[in-house]
Amino acid sequence: MEMTLGLNHYLILAAIMFCIGMVGVLTRRNILIIFMSVELMLNSANMTFIAFSHYLMNPEGMVFTFFTLTVAAAEVGVGLAIVVTIFRKTESLDIRKLNLLKN
Amino acid sequence: MDAQTIVFAILALVSLFSGIMVVTRKNPVYSILFLVLTFFCYAGFYVLLGATFLAAIQIMVYAGAIMVLFLFVVMMLNLREPEKMEGGASFFQTLGFIVAGGFALVLMAFFAGNPGPGVPTYPPGAAAYAMGDTKELGMVLFTDYVFPFEIAGILLLAAVIGAVALAKRNRA
Repeated sequence: MEMTLGLNHYLILAAIMFCIGMVGVLTRRNILIIFMSVELMLNSANMTFIAFSHYLMNPEGMVFTFFTLTVAAAEVGVGLAIVVTIFRKTESLDIRKLNLLKN
Repeated sequence: MDAQTIVFAILALVSLFSGIMVVTRKNPVYSILFLVLTFFCYAGFYVLLGATFLAAIQIMVYAGAIMVLFLFVVMMLNLREPEKMEGGASFFQTLGFIVAGGFALVLMAFFAGNPGPGVPTYPPGAAAYAMGDTKELGMVLFTDYVFPFEIAGILLLAAVIGAVALAKRNRA
């Protein structure tokens, strides 16, 4: 079978990576690993943007990726500060211990 | 198969492997190191797609800055007990697998077909590879998108102030 690298290959790979990240977010209990899975999902979305940008010959997808990267950096900075604050309070990274509002 | 396809296949296998490793490792340090590997693979994909500037940014910002931040936090927190994985999956974890798997199937069914009207799936010409370099991207970023660019700067400033405020508050 003749196989040329096309848009669909990138899209399907990005979709699989996105879903791997989704499994991590939905099933893990370590808040740091959940964070990393979110990064994986963000990067997969970025790859979809860049693939479309390349095949449509339109630079706007790359500009979008640039802004996504900025937001991801800001998110990680604030998010890790929150993780450190939570760890100082609860001495744990387990999200099941974050039930302060429950009672 | 041309060289590009072979490079894509190798990068795809490595990134799938390391992506699975990221979400399955017990120790966060291993997850971080596999995530760095995944980000390097992504930078390779970006080069294949002609986005050379974004590939460099990917390595500098993600594999460099963000992952070092993660490593610093893990080493600062001095984790004692690893996450408990035994005892079988809980109801919500099983549900999470089902939801993510179903979502993967939906995306596959969508992307395996035609991605949309007017979207070419054939390899584009040389102009598409010139589009992603620093000069071309800078031209777009600093003319049409200069206002969002400034907003992004303000967002980063707010994030810096927020991170410092959060980290400082407990010392008092």
